Amino acid sequence: MQAQRSPIAQTDDLLVSIQDVTFGYDSRVVLSHVSLDFARGKLIAIMGSSGCGKTTLLRLIGGVVTPQSGRILFSGATVDTADRAALYALRRRMGMLFQFGALFTDLSVYDNVAFPLREHTDLGEAMIRDIVLMKLDSVGLRGAAELGIAQISGGMARRVALARAVALDPEIIMYDEPFTGLDPISLGVTANLIRRLNDATGATSLIVSHDVEECFQICDYAYLMSAGRVIAHGTPAQLKASEEPEARQFIRGEPDGPVKFHYPAEPIAQALGISP
Amino acid sequence: MNPAEITAVLGRTVIDRLAGLGHAAIFFADLVRHMFSSLRRPYLTIAQVHAIGNRSLVIIAASGAAVGLVLALQGYLTLSRYGQADSLGLLVALALVRELGPVLTALLYAGRAGTSLTAEIGLMKAGEQLVAMEMMAVDPRVRVLAPRFIAGVLAMPLLGAVFSSVGILAAYVVGVWMIGVDEGQFWSQMQSGVDVVKDVGNGIIKTLVFGVASTFIALYVGYESKATPEGVALATTRTVVISSLSVLFLDFILTALMFSTP
Repeated sequence: MQAQRSPIAQTDDLLVSIQDVTFGYDSRVVLSHVSLDFARGKLIAIMGSSGCGKTTLLRLIGGVVTPQSGRILFSGATVDTADRAALYALRRRMGMLFQFGALFTDLSVYDNVAFPLREHTDLGEAMIRDIVLMKLDSVGLRGAAELGIAQISGGMARRVALARAVALDPEIIMYDEPFTGLDPISLGVTANLIRRLNDATGATSLIVSHDVEECFQICDYAYLMSAGRVIAHGTPAQLKASEEPEARQFIRGEPDGPVKFHYPAEPIAQALGISP
Repeated sequence: MNPAEITAVLGRTVIDRLAGLGHAAIFFADLVRHMFSSLRRPYLTIAQVHAIGNRSLVIIAASGAAVGLVLALQGYLTLSRYGQADSLGLLVALALVRELGPVLTALLYAGRAGTSLTAEIGLMKAGEQLVAMEMMAVDPRVRVLAPRFIAGVLAMPLLGAVFSSVGILAAYVVGVWMIGVDEGQFWSQMQSGVDVVKDVGNGIIKTLVFGVASTFIALYVGYESKATPEGVALATTRTVVISSLSVLFLDFILTALMFSTP
């Protein structure tokens, strides 16, 4: 799997390339020699159960953590966590949507979306106002601009965070578990927004999620991970037809398979003191 | 456990503690370094001076008044035994300006502003706000931490001055109006006995040092807290304990340096 490059990478227009990366904390290995490629303009999903290393991938691309081996290329440049200035220059081309929004609670909705514009551009307040209102309009929250963060719901918070993440029109938008904990309407709204944004801006979208159904509906390509390795990748149709046992269990939501139902323990007869 | 294991555990503990101290020292150096970048945006610092300083005024003033009242009462009791009741003003002023003002202000500051800083930074960390800022290529140390650090260092001497002033006024009310100490003696002995540089000046230096220490500790403990509700709760208590002990210990060192007879 790791040796051959995925079909999506056969176009030479790669925005992000993760090459043979290993990462872990102390004794625990989170990612083991993983290689993934993300083409420009595509909507790619990274799926897997909790703890398989998918959120870590986003942090590696953003340079929040440093891999123990291997390297990450963003638009040809290596993501080097040691060079802060270069790293910041790269980050200005990225947008990240955190799981619960990570909005700045001391600022209003308007000020949150205006934050990257005020920090990184010299635009006047009138121009910033236009851009902020347009971004909020694209997520359907222009009317909520004056509200405080404490006054909006979780689903709304995520949409504001999305508006903030795309304020500078980034080349890549990374979504960390965007579908978790949403009601059916918000789920539909979010999935729709992600797809529309991807198509309208030409940005690359990376979704980290374990919601197979929603991801398959909107993504162009998907990677399936387990225990720090990529176990399958392909278009949604290819993955649904995959014969790989762990991939099948995950995609079909089967309770038992390669990923065991029972936590390792002695046989129950032994635990209850019954001789078989 | 055999001696080898005990030595290993001891060694591990010492190494970990030293590493922690080193980490704290690097954090402090970073704070000071980024202080100058954040001075380019004074509105951030001013907002923090308001949050840290103005909001502490009530507790500082109230405590200053209470301490001044008690000082006057106790001071009068002891001084009048030796017929020195007229020196009450001098006693109260020196006690407040040299010691009680700086130290008590710092302890109250650690309890009120220190815990609020720690909780705020800890909750921002728990809500991933600091990582979000990093991902937007904005250095949280410049935008969030350094303004709070400068604000704390600026606010402390001012709060200390308020504490001492309110204390002296409260002592005046009790001593002169209620007990009947001579008003002229109260103020004139204070005027001649309190040296602006040696007493008031050293008191201000103390508040500056305590401000640096308490604010740094509050920010560091918040920044290093575990991103859970329990972690933040633990961090706020740690801030108060470590700040208070540091203030008292620093006070000893500073007093020895400033006021010991040559």
